[in-house]
Amino acid sequence: MAMPFYVAPEQMMKDRADYARKGIARGKSVLVLEYVDGLLFLAENPSRSLHKISEIYDRMAFAAVGKYNEFENLRVAGVRLADIRGYSYGRQDVTARSLANAYSQTLGAIFTQDSKPFEVELLVAEVGAEAATSQIFHVLYDGSVADERGFVGIGGQSEELTRALRQVYHEGMTLEEALVAGASALNAVDGRALDPDVLEGAALDRRRPRRKFHRIEREEIRRLLGEAPLAAES
Amino acid sequence: MEGLGGGRPEWPTAAGFSPSFLDVLRASAPEMLPKLIGGSTGNAGGLAGVAEGTTIAALKYAAGVVVAGDRRATEGFQIAHRDIEKVFPADEFSAVAIAGAAGPALEMVRLFQTELEHYEKVECAVLSLEGKANRLAQMIRANLPMAMQGLVVVPLFAGYDPETRTGRIFRYDVTGGRFEEADFHSGGSGGRDARATLKKRYRAGLPREEAVQYAVEALFDAAEEDTATGGPDPLRGIYPLLVTVSDAGYERVADSEVSAAVDRVVAERHPHGGELGPPGVRRTPGE
Repeated sequence: MAMPFYVAPEQMMKDRADYARKGIARGKSVLVLEYVDGLLFLAENPSRSLHKISEIYDRMAFAAVGKYNEFENLRVAGVRLADIRGYSYGRQDVTARSLANAYSQTLGAIFTQDSKPFEVELLVAEVGAEAATSQIFHVLYDGSVADERGFVGIGGQSEELTRALRQVYHEGMTLEEALVAGASALNAVDGRALDPDVLEGAALDRRRPRRKFHRIEREEIRRLLGEAPLAAES
Repeated sequence: MEGLGGGRPEWPTAAGFSPSFLDVLRASAPEMLPKLIGGSTGNAGGLAGVAEGTTIAALKYAAGVVVAGDRRATEGFQIAHRDIEKVFPADEFSAVAIAGAAGPALEMVRLFQTELEHYEKVECAVLSLEGKANRLAQMIRANLPMAMQGLVVVPLFAGYDPETRTGRIFRYDVTGGRFEEADFHSGGSGGRDARATLKKRYRAGLPREEAVQYAVEALFDAAEEDTATGGPDPLRGIYPLLVTVSDAGYERVADSEVSAAVDRVVAERHPHGGELGPPGVRRTPGE
């Protein structure tokens, strides 16, 4: 039996991380921003039916970048986990923290044990009953989790995007202001003004009755952006 | 996600690509599915100590459908609950009303609500009204073993169909048989009496106010004839539960509107035109 060559664990992890990062970098960015009534998600996504942002449960949403089949699998698994938990306990017992934990464990195990890591980066967010109680979890391809406040950008250019968001973000933005800020951050990273038709938008709005998630249709995005000129265009 | 290996959280992955919450439960958590209970009673009047819901009704009106239920649940000859609710939103554009054993029926409603929402989230699309009605039929069929032991659950399903832009009503039997009704239907122990009233009053394209009025009247009549159906209870402020489902979605009719409808029924039928007469004055045979 042939002995496999010895590869140092550091090297192996680095190779896998590089592989995953390369895959993620090919995709477009997604961001989340806190505004006065909840959380706004914005993604660059030319497709109207293959979503990057979706509903998980009453107060929770999911956003992802990377390989579609991999994050779609994770999304459906998340919906199932949340629905089972809500059905067997109570609706208020379904939390973003436990779902982010489950994703983290799974992605961590895949990263170290499988032949190929998942090329995905996820956001799991939960809108709180009042401002500053919302939670945003950022889960990476290797299973590491960060608990974020206010805003996060994910994707190949996540650092640039988060930096751009830091400049435009302030507390207590209206939905319209947040949309303009988010679009201008995406524009700044891209170095060009994006057509509103390639923007996928959704929000977790705490004023809604039970299911806080709703999509912001492209016509609505165009209308809201049209009324306020983008900072990046000037 | 199939075959992710050990040391990882247990994801409910066994259901494959199914968008159905029932399939997910069956494959990953079968212990949570409502189960066949042991023992046989053969008691058609219901099991001792099991709360039963009674009269429910639905009728179409111009913009959609009105669904109504009385508020009483009985255990044998006892009143178990005076203010139980028997009409629920199945999702934004449909309602389900329950008659029969309250425990399994409420569980079925909860499962049905989760099923519809689960499908919507996984598929990013809403099931057609027809699809929802069929799904409910399958759930009732799955309950057949329990029904044979006396725990009968027979819901009434109604909703607004965005394709036909009308309200639609579906009734079921214990075997999961699904029948679409053209105009109205009522079920439960007082269903016959309620249906008699609806049959006299119904006409196509009713305005909302009239449909609400007739639904209240039907439940009023059912409560007069059927011991297991509760009438309006002004003393405690408990009135029949009515909802409308139209292109505006599922909306509960305010108690004030229902109590006003009850007052109109009383006024119309009272010998003194709604004014209370002197004590002891009532219609007696031969008068």
